[in-house]
Amino acid sequence: MGKTLAEKIIGKHAGREVSAGEIVLAKVDVCLMQDGTAPLAIRQLQKINLEKAAHPQKTVLFIDHSAPSPRKELSNDHMTIRRFAEKTGCQVSDVGMGICHQIIFESYLNPGEILIGADSHTCTGGAMAAFSTGMGSTDVAIGIALGKTWLRVPESFKIEVSGEFQPGVYAKDLILYLIGLIGADGATYKSLEFVGDTIENMSMSSRMTLSNMAIEAGAKAGLIWSDKVTKEFLKRQGRVSKFKELKGDEDAVYERVIKIDASKLVPTISFPHTVDNTKPIEEAKGIKIDQVFLGTCTNGRLEDLAVACQIINGRKKNPKTRFILVPASKSVFLNAMSKGYIRKLVEFGAAVLAPGCGPCVGVHQGILGDGESCISTMNRNFKGRMGNPEGFIYLASPATVAAAAVVGKIVDPREFIPRKKTKGKKVKVSKKKKK
Amino acid sequence: MVLKGKAYKFGDDISTDLIAPGRYFHLRSNLPEMAKHVLEDADSSFASKVQKGDFVVASENFGCGSSREHAPTIIKLAGVSAVLAKSFARIFYRNAINVGLPVLICDADKLSSGDELEVDLEKGEIKDLTNGVTLKFAPLPKAMINILNDGGLIGHIQKHGDFKID
Repeated sequence: MGKTLAEKIIGKHAGREVSAGEIVLAKVDVCLMQDGTAPLAIRQLQKINLEKAAHPQKTVLFIDHSAPSPRKELSNDHMTIRRFAEKTGCQVSDVGMGICHQIIFESYLNPGEILIGADSHTCTGGAMAAFSTGMGSTDVAIGIALGKTWLRVPESFKIEVSGEFQPGVYAKDLILYLIGLIGADGATYKSLEFVGDTIENMSMSSRMTLSNMAIEAGAKAGLIWSDKVTKEFLKRQGRVSKFKELKGDEDAVYERVIKIDASKLVPTISFPHTVDNTKPIEEAKGIKIDQVFLGTCTNGRLEDLAVACQIINGRKKNPKTRFILVPASKSVFLNAMSKGYIRKLVEFGAAVLAPGCGPCVGVHQGILGDGESCISTMNRNFKGRMGNPEGFIYLASPATVAAAAVVGKIVDPREFIPRKKTKGKKVKVSKKKKK
Repeated sequence: MVLKGKAYKFGDDISTDLIAPGRYFHLRSNLPEMAKHVLEDADSSFASKVQKGDFVVASENFGCGSSREHAPTIIKLAGVSAVLAKSFARIFYRNAINVGLPVLICDADKLSSGDELEVDLEKGEIKDLTNGVTLKFAPLPKAMINILNDGGLIGHIQKHGDFKID
C-alpha cells in the first residue's frame, strides 16, 4: 500500500516502514528552540547532566521572541542561551537576525528531514517537504541531546486546492478559510498535505504561510510536496544539492480529502478571540482599527512587503492608525531595502522594528491598550495574545492589513488593486507566484 | 492512585495564552511566581481559589496554541492534580505528560464547577461525588504511561538513559 509523505519521512528516520497510528522512535536532523522555550529546556538538561547536542551544527537557538530584550529577567535568559551554545557548540541566532522559522527555512532545513522545534509554528518547515513539528521544551531538549524523539505517526488529510486566486486574494486567505472550515481542532494530531495546481503555482513564501498555520487547526504538520519551486528556492539559498523530489503516493491512505476552489475565495478575516472565527471581508468592513501589524513567520517576507507596497501605493496612512512593520529576517530586511519597499513603507508611516517576532507574542513592541483593535498578518488572535486581554486582534492577509492602515478601518483590499489584469504592479506579484 | 479534589470548569479552546499569558514572559525562569497567574485570562480568581489536589475541567481543545511547556507546568505547580477535558491540543497533551501532569480525555460536559471528584488513574474512572455520575477516561498510549510513571520525560531518560517506550 502507498504511503503519505508523513509516513515516508518518519519511516526513513525510524529505519523501517511505518503506518499511521504507530508510535516510533525517529532520528531528528534539525532542532530549534527560542528565547521563550530554550531556558527551560536547558535547565531540564542540566538537571540530569545531559548538556550536549547530538548535531550541534543543525541545532539552532534563536533570540527572537523578546529581542532586543525589554527586561533584565529576559536579558538573563538570553545569557543562559548563549552560554549553553558556547558549551555545546550549538548555533545561536541572536538579536536582529530574525524569526526562528524563517531562518531555519532560509539556511538549515532540507526536503525529507525531520525538524523538531520548541515553538508551535515549527510546522512552517512543512513547506520544505520536511516533517517539521512543534513540541515543548523538554521534548526538544532530549531531542537535541540524544538526536532522536518519539513520534506517533499521524493520519493525514489531503487538502486539494485548484484554480487561480482572484486579484487581492492570497495564501493567507486560503489558510484562514480552511481553518474556519474545519475548526481550531479540526485536524488535531493529523498531518496536512497541501496539493493541487494552486499549490504548485505558489511561491515558497506563500507555501510557508499555509504550513505555518497548520497548527491553528490543531495539526501536527502541514506538508507540501517538493518540486521545481522548492529546487529553485534551494538553488537561490546555495544548497541545491540538498534537493529531493518528495510526495505522497497516489494510493496512500488519507483520512480525509478536502477540496477547495481557490478562484471562489474572498479576502478572509479571523475575528477575536479564536483563529477559526473566520468571516468573509464583507462582514468585517468598517471595523475601526487602532494598530496595524505587518510581519511574523506567517507573513513577514519580501513577497508580503511587496503586496503591502502595492496597496499603499501613493496613498497616505490614516493618522489615527499606527503601523508596525517587522521583517521576518535580516535577509528579508536587506532585500526589502534594496527593492525600495522599506523606504516606501516608512514614508507611508510604518514604524520599522528589528527582524524578530515583534508584538506577536505580547512581550514588547506594540502591546495593545484596553479596548483597542489590531489587524495583523500574524497567526493567532487569542485573548491576551498581544499582551493585553482587553485588546482585540483580527487576522488577515498583508493586502487587507495594508488597506486598513490607509483607511483606519477594515476594508476590502480588492478596491485598492488596479483592475487591469495584465498591466501594472499586480503582474509582478502573480509572476512571482508562478515561478 | 486515587486523586481527590474540586472541579474548576472552563470552556472550549482554552489556549496556552490564557493559561500562561505572554505578558508574564519574563517570569518563565521563575515558574512559582508565574503560577500565581495561572489561567488568569480565563478566570482571574482561579489562582487564588485553587487548592492542592483540585481539578481543571474543560471542554474541547484544551491547551491549544503555543508550545510553551510553562503552561502545564504552572497548572501543576498551582496544585492541580489532573486536567480533565473532552479533547486536548496535541503539544499541550504531550507536554503535560512530560512534566508529570495527568491529562484525561473524558465526557467532561457531565461535570460542573464546584463538584467534588475522585479520579482513579489505574481504573480509568472519574467519580463525581456531588452528582453521582461515573465517567470512564481513555487510557494513555503505553509510551506515555511509561513516561508518566517515571515522573515525566526527564525522570524517564534519567532512569533508562534513553527512550524506553515499548
